[in-house]
Amino acid sequence: MSFLEYAPAPESTALLNLQSEYGLFIDGEFTAGSDPTFATISPATEKHIATIASASAGDVDAAVKAARAAYDTTWSRLSGRDRGKYLFRIARLVQERARELAVAESLDNGKPIKESRDVDIPLVAAWFFYYAGWADKLDHAGLGANPRALGVAAQVIPWNFPLLMLAWKIAPALAAGNTVVLKPAETTPLTALLFAEIVQQAGLPAGVVNIITGAGETGRALVNHPDVNKVAFTGSTSVGREIARSLAGTSKKLTLELGGKGANIVFDDAPIDQAVEGIVRGIFFNQGHVCCAGSRLLVQENIHDEVVERLKVRLGTLRVGDPLDKNTDVGAINSAEQLQRIRQLSDIGEAEGGERWSPACELPSEGFWFAPTIFTNVATSSRIARDEIFGPVLSILSFRTPAEAIAKANNTPYGLSAGIWSDKGSKILAVADKLRAGVIWANTFNQFDPASPFGGYKESGYGREGGKQGLAAYLAPASSASASVASASVASASVTSASVPASSSRSVRASKGGKK
Amino acid sequence: MSRLAVLKTYKLYIGGKFPRSESGRVYEVLSASGDFLANAAKASRKDARDAVVAARSALSGWSKATGYNRGQVLYRIAELLEGRRAQFIDEIVSAEGVSAAAAAAQVDEAIDRWIWYAGWADKYVQVAGNANAVSGPFFNLSVPEPTGVVAVIAPQDSSLVGLVSAVAPALVAGNTVVVVASERLPLSAISLSEVLVTSDVPGGVVNILTGSPAEIAPWLASHADVNALDLVGAGSLDWVSLQIAAAETLMRVFAPENGADAAAPSLARVTQFTETKTVWHTKSLL
Amino acid sequence: MGGDLTESSLKRYLNGIPGVDAVGLEARAADLGSRSIKTTSKAWALDTIISLIDLTTLEGADTPGKVRSLVAKGLTPDAGDVSCPRVAAVCVYGDMVPYAVEALGAFHGDSVEGGINVAAVATAFPSGRASLAVKLADTADAVAAGADEIDMVIDRGAFLSGRYGQVFDEIVAVKEACRRADGSYAHLKVILETGELNTYDNVRRASWLAILAGGDFIKTSTGKVAPAATLPVTVLMLEVVRDWYRLTGEKIGVKPAGGIRASKDAIKYVVAVAETAGEEWLQPHLFRFGASSLLNDVLLQRQKLATGHYSGADYVTID
Repeated sequence: MSFLEYAPAPESTALLNLQSEYGLFIDGEFTAGSDPTFATISPATEKHIATIASASAGDVDAAVKAARAAYDTTWSRLSGRDRGKYLFRIARLVQERARELAVAESLDNGKPIKESRDVDIPLVAAWFFYYAGWADKLDHAGLGANPRALGVAAQVIPWNFPLLMLAWKIAPALAAGNTVVLKPAETTPLTALLFAEIVQQAGLPAGVVNIITGAGETGRALVNHPDVNKVAFTGSTSVGREIARSLAGTSKKLTLELGGKGANIVFDDAPIDQAVEGIVRGIFFNQGHVCCAGSRLLVQENIHDEVVERLKVRLGTLRVGDPLDKNTDVGAINSAEQLQRIRQLSDIGEAEGGERWSPACELPSEGFWFAPTIFTNVATSSRIARDEIFGPVLSILSFRTPAEAIAKANNTPYGLSAGIWSDKGSKILAVADKLRAGVIWANTFNQFDPASPFGGYKESGYGREGGKQGLAAYLAPASSASASVASASVASASVTSASVPASSSRSVRASKGGKK
Repeated sequence: MSRLAVLKTYKLYIGGKFPRSESGRVYEVLSASGDFLANAAKASRKDARDAVVAARSALSGWSKATGYNRGQVLYRIAELLEGRRAQFIDEIVSAEGVSAAAAAAQVDEAIDRWIWYAGWADKYVQVAGNANAVSGPFFNLSVPEPTGVVAVIAPQDSSLVGLVSAVAPALVAGNTVVVVASERLPLSAISLSEVLVTSDVPGGVVNILTGSPAEIAPWLASHADVNALDLVGAGSLDWVSLQIAAAETLMRVFAPENGADAAAPSLARVTQFTETKTVWHTKSLL
Repeated sequence: MGGDLTESSLKRYLNGIPGVDAVGLEARAADLGSRSIKTTSKAWALDTIISLIDLTTLEGADTPGKVRSLVAKGLTPDAGDVSCPRVAAVCVYGDMVPYAVEALGAFHGDSVEGGINVAAVATAFPSGRASLAVKLADTADAVAAGADEIDMVIDRGAFLSGRYGQVFDEIVAVKEACRRADGSYAHLKVILETGELNTYDNVRRASWLAILAGGDFIKTSTGKVAPAATLPVTVLMLEVVRDWYRLTGEKIGVKPAGGIRASKDAIKYVVAVAETAGEEWLQPHLFRFGASSLLNDVLLQRQKLATGHYSGADYVTID
């Protein structure tokens, strides 16, 4: 027997106490949806987990009404201190139920339990804890004194980090004083519904948080609802584009976290073993279902072969399989549809001349699986070097000089993330300056923290989540109502208080007033 | 007897040069009382395209200039504008039909706004950026960086102060600008470009188009190499369609502003043309 | 390495080795440490750990009686379970070697033959602060007394002041002092004392230096300096022997020593070995634990696996 075939170490599902059917969480209660229900399944086994309600346009309206009523009657009247206390409660409840949430997440999403246990759920608690503390300090959010909440926030999140994306959305929204209607992804509604139970346990006033489930149509109805003041969306660039279009001309403030094709740049003076780990973390973390994944590896040509060789050896130790096994490194692909897309793009990669390689690994016969895959000999023009695959597929390209690395890294309509590996500080800082990406990891990759703003340049979206900037995305300056015919429709990355020299504004008014 | 005046030819300002519209078109600019003042160039979509190319190629140098340097360049604009104060007052009096005092107030305000924004160039990063206390062994810093090429539809109801109020804040962070001037009041915009070209503003950093915003704006809004679209002066256009066009590339779009406070000086006008970049670096003694 | 080996060429070479990012290394070690080793894997790991232990006593108060007791424990770790493997070696001060050899009697030998080796610390252990002549005499003395393995310390002072050539030459000389009359050599373990080298870059350079100079094993620590063995340092040294193997085809051993007391921790090292250098390193001639109290904790865990209930300290023997 090989020791490396570690004996099964399954995380127990005994602490899960799931219901067979989940309704919509509106106004503090679970209610049946009006549209036909759908099933959520485990992508690792294709087994049924629970029956989920589907929200019709009428249900969406009911949820927005509940959020509006809660905003008007309770939440906007509550002190920041008390809002913060509710958020602290939620943070603690998440910590208390962390293992249960981790198991549910891995079951529903297919991600390895070690990631849901060590990354997703601890970050969920951290996110609520961080924003809880902001709730009574909004004067310091960068918008001047007494910034105001926007009202009702419509939030639509993806399936790759279901509960974490919920936390990224709900925590700052509530801290800033908004109420929310959130729609989790169709394939991963489970933890959002468990979160609804947490909201009940926390005693949050009814209607402050509403969770509605459904498919794309439900999301569309939500973001286009006329009584919504803020839209926050994380997902594909194509849907983000559609939302940006449909919100044109409205006063809804918009934050978009969209796709990416992150460059992970390895220089020849890199700490090589850590770089290899970073490459692995960059693209195989969460099966590569990460918008900021380092899916394009740019290696300096003089170490290209060595890096590829080391990477292959390392990939040989990745354990692909049961998401609930504590030793699993790479879990299941989230859906049949996503698997289809990954397969299709990988086939195109091969057809376009890329050299495809995967470690020997036995994939389960049921469920949705894709072996970790790397492509060498990839041209910059190849589809797999340009399109977001959103799976465990790495495209490897080479460069000769820092200038070439920067040019290649920036040669994409996306601009979410990038990695730099070098032992030379001055080079790292100069390269970081020139990369057109919102998050840059130097000698590390895929790190997240509630205090650290996250978000993209260009077609990776706009607005930031996390940090002070992420809070500002849910606030407006106290005086902002007057100036514009439609209040700014883009969530500026860092809105800062207006500071007008008093004499200036007076004289302008005088001159304008006198001219007609 | 009075001397016969030498009239000025008003052209476009693109890439630090003063071309006529490639289309050969001009339009009559009239005074408030309806007298002919000048023929202004009527920019075409190709002029807009050329302006975007010029702005893109100037971006790298301008955005990498130090904040101190950009601040001095913007201050230099104010210096030269001050020196040509009388010219601008005359121009505004004839174009807008306002009193000399009102025109002077507008010119003075424009000069002061250049100075106010000039001072931000080496400070906005400190105010809008921050060090982030993450829970791990990492150095983590967020800094605002210029968004890139900014297309601006200038406020349409003023000759100079509206234009300056829209352009100056975009320049602070290191963006380059393509601005469509007021259609009715374009002459001060072209005179301003004479100031820009003689101050130390590199060619292409500011590009000024005159003509019909309704005609030019759609080309800018749908241009994939434009990063942000400031519709501050587009209130009378079909700006929703512009916003829809701009969504195709997820361009950053800022809605029209009306009234006396439109484009009022604020740090928010500087930071709205920035992107927050967050850099993580490992931190260890070992 | 090509060309003449000079102080400056050695320095250039060692300083040219790619750096180590401490945060990344520690994260990787933590990740390896989070493996969940259960049931059959755990049973195998526990037995393997015992078979890799250099059961150690290095006290000023050591006596022949203490050493005999240690040897008895090493030979029969669990008196109640004949299936329990023996440790790889006992590790003692040089003057205790004769007592260890005597106590082992017929069992003195390699583990592949069912025996136990005798390892001796030498070269003015633990500080290494003595003249080369004294260090060599120390070594030769232990070898002559029957030591199969010599655990030498490098001159950390020389290393930290950049005199890599001196460190190199000393290792070469000690290796020569390991030569027995019949021309065979006692196995040489080179203790880097990583706690005094301080940085991971230094540990990596010193590892390469020790291997280049002819060390058969690289060992983390004397156990007399804190921190002693850590998982990140051991992962780093395993990466070096892995790279050396890829470069030359030669397998060098690794020995973390000091501070590993719990089975749970030792299993993390076993995982690190398997996933970094490879499973073939989990043999006594390529991996050792320098430890003493670890053995009893492993025995307690072994009993738990066998009986299904938790054991107690009184059910394993003190040595």
